[in-house]
Amino acid sequence: MNTTQEKILSILSGICGETLEEDQLDLDLFENDLLDSLGLVELLVELESQFDVKLSPSEVSRSQIATPRLIADLVESRMAQ
Amino acid sequence: MSFFSGVPFFTLMTLLLLPALFLGLRGKAIGPYGLFASLVMILTVLAGTPLQLAWLGAYLLWESLLVFLYIPLRQKKGPVPWHYALALFLSLIPLLLMKWSEVTTLSLFSFLGLSYLTFRVAQIIIETYDGVISSLSLPAFWAFLLFFPTFSAGPIDRSRRFEEDFRRRYTREEYLTLLGDGLEQLLIGLVYKFVLSPLAFRLLSLCQPKGGLLLALAYGWCYGIYMFFDFAGYSRMAVGCAYILGVRTPGNFHLPFLSRDMKDFWNRWHITLSHWFRDYLFSRFLMGGIKGKWFKSRLSGACWAFLLNMLVMGAWHGLTLYYLLYGLYHGVLLAATEVYQKKCSFYKKYRNCTWYGLLSWFVTLNLVMVGFLIFSGALFT
Repeated sequence: MNTTQEKILSILSGICGETLEEDQLDLDLFENDLLDSLGLVELLVELESQFDVKLSPSEVSRSQIATPRLIADLVESRMAQ
Repeated sequence: MSFFSGVPFFTLMTLLLLPALFLGLRGKAIGPYGLFASLVMILTVLAGTPLQLAWLGAYLLWESLLVFLYIPLRQKKGPVPWHYALALFLSLIPLLLMKWSEVTTLSLFSFLGLSYLTFRVAQIIIETYDGVISSLSLPAFWAFLLFFPTFSAGPIDRSRRFEEDFRRRYTREEYLTLLGDGLEQLLIGLVYKFVLSPLAFRLLSLCQPKGGLLLALAYGWCYGIYMFFDFAGYSRMAVGCAYILGVRTPGNFHLPFLSRDMKDFWNRWHITLSHWFRDYLFSRFLMGGIKGKWFKSRLSGACWAFLLNMLVMGAWHGLTLYYLLYGLYHGVLLAATEVYQKKCSFYKKYRNCTWYGLLSWFVTLNLVMVGFLIFSGALFT
């Protein structure tokens, strides 16, 4: 697990109200009722403040950010730009 | 002639879909033909109302000017908030004039499809400000706005998704699959709209909204079932027709009467409308609120965002008391659901139990039907 994934899991744990572990990197956050509309907005705000990665609410579909791993990959690809 | 109704429409639709079929099966791009077919269909449907046709022409010109001035301005000057606010406001003026004319009985500006076209233009301006859209071609823009299957009542597609399909060339196998899915949607839509919806309407005509709580609730149920078959039927026909034209327009309904809670309901009912409001109003208002610390907590921010979101959605349906009440009703229910699910230990403890799921479904279904009772306006006449 890399640093970005660790930070994403920590941010998501705060938002979802339960601790997410390394083996949950591929957990579908929407299917499992861990992330809803409010949670997603909180996530976008945190990504901007902690990684300086600005994502608008309609920019990516939910399937593109459904798991902690997908979110971490997206953040890393944006940081590399 | 009106969209998805009557023999003349379906005859012309079939004639216009045949060349698309030919292009699709030969692996050619269908998008540009889709624009031509849309122009023919819209000109035919609006031929009897030249004033509406003139307003549509003026609207197209106005919005094209706005969009194609704003995109290069945003590219050159960056995200300037007042440029954005002005462009968005100017794009909304036709809809605001139409809504104003509804309450004042002045026929200022109105034509079929205006309410739905507004979402498409506003989405482009908002995403241009976000930096997500940096270019757009005029034919793709017009094809997106005028696409005849979704022109008058949605589903509300997104421009970036639409443009991909507009330019796409399907292989013969891909198109055959799309064609099969499209025909299936079209047929189910026809059964919903012309068999099940009239049956539900007959049932509705037997109900009386006044005379007691149970009678009113029964009216709400009948109205809800009628609305579902009528609108889901229309939407499925539109989606089926769009598929045949090579555009994978998103669906509008997904088993709404099986919703677990009110939040789930709005992910299943008139999906493209509720997701549009979620992405372009709710989320943005809430993000602004969290960053600007407007609220005591994020949860209270979400409650205000739900209220605002649904009130605007109600007002979009029409500036009448029952539509506004309908919006307020759903806003309050969504806010209450949010607080209940985030704060109540009872919910957290039992939410995965079968009995809780069934109870929650039953309560949700009845709350939804009360909403339809309000929406029907029958209580206010």
